[in-house]
Amino acid sequence: MEAYVSLFVKAAFVENLALAFFLGMCTFLAVSKRVETAIGLGVAVIVIQVITVPVNHLIFKYLLSDGALAWAGLPDVDLSFLGLVSYIGVIAALVQILEMTLDRFFPKLYNALGIFLPLITVNCAILGGTLFMVERQYNLPESVVYGIGSGAGWAIALIALAGIREKLKYSDVPNGLQGLGIAFIIVGLMSLSFMGFSGI
Amino acid sequence: MSEVRKVLIDPLVDNNPVTLQMLGICSALAVTTSLLPALLMCVALTSVAALAGAAISALRHRIPNNIRIIVHMTIIASLVILVDQLLKAYAFETSKQLSVFVGLIITNCIVLGRAEAFAMKNGVVMSFVDGLGNGLGYSIILIAVATLRELFGAGTLLGYPVLELTSNGGWYEANGLMLLPPSAFFIIGLLIWGIRTWRTQQVEKPDYQIHEVHRTEVY
Repeated sequence: MEAYVSLFVKAAFVENLALAFFLGMCTFLAVSKRVETAIGLGVAVIVIQVITVPVNHLIFKYLLSDGALAWAGLPDVDLSFLGLVSYIGVIAALVQILEMTLDRFFPKLYNALGIFLPLITVNCAILGGTLFMVERQYNLPESVVYGIGSGAGWAIALIALAGIREKLKYSDVPNGLQGLGIAFIIVGLMSLSFMGFSGI
Repeated sequence: MSEVRKVLIDPLVDNNPVTLQMLGICSALAVTTSLLPALLMCVALTSVAALAGAAISALRHRIPNNIRIIVHMTIIASLVILVDQLLKAYAFETSKQLSVFVGLIITNCIVLGRAEAFAMKNGVVMSFVDGLGNGLGYSIILIAVATLRELFGAGTLLGYPVLELTSNGGWYEANGLMLLPPSAFFIIGLLIWGIRTWRTQQVEKPDYQIHEVHRTEVY
């Protein structure tokens, strides 16, 4: 149990996908102008991340890795080079399914998330989570915990940045630094402060 | 001919994918701790962007509109797998250093963004040139950031010592912060400031204007 808690903390804070690995930066900077939308996107990312990391883990373990097709009578087949195409396919399909489910059963949430749901497919935090799972060889329960932790970490960073940028609207920033430039500096400072977690 | 040149040159500074279009920032920050992986990443991304542009533009009349994203993804993912396998075969050490970021070219918004915005509307050659130009624009930023970080963080360039470190009896004390994530954010932020001071038409409008209130307005 302790191992899972420490993996969660590590995934959410120490190795924060946004601030330590720079994943999902494009959406991170584009959507962090208002807190409300940031919360919506953050929740959506957590949900997708929790589903895709374990599903991709199963696909990797039982279909793609070296010797995984032994159950089908093909012990010498190594399909791991097909990994990238399969993962992105799984992510795109899951996002689509989630979108349809939400539309059917939770129309209110669906409307609140709007354009951000389909955009999650191209969020590199999602694919990055899967690739890290494969590279570090997590097992199934670990990949579930890693999915929750990394998704939550990304969401926390996004919401925090949105909060700061909302206040920042009223400050007098030098002309060339307006908008994107100052956002980068803020994220840098946030990343500096998240590095303080690395002692845990 | 001049149009080809414009498409090629425009993304280098005036319409740079990283500093202005806000695309492909993730890998621009992550692989820049030293120059060699950054160079490799530039080559990988530029070739994928150019080839994906050409392939998608060649197929543009046959791709059904409502499933175009998935078609784009599949084309891009296949190209990335090719690049990944090539890197593993010929530059294994560096490709280990790049870790997941080669795979993440798939979701690099430069590739998909240009496919969506340019390749779907233009011919094969122009789309190829557009991919090339955007790849090069990305490369300029990447190389600039990587040079700064490696030079001041480790005192080397491409692994060769340039500034003598104090640990080797030289005069330069390595700045460890340059090798950590936050410095990448600061450098790109300052780079954007620099470019926008030079090219003032890129400056963003403030959301909220603070203005002096005149007495006559109050009454």
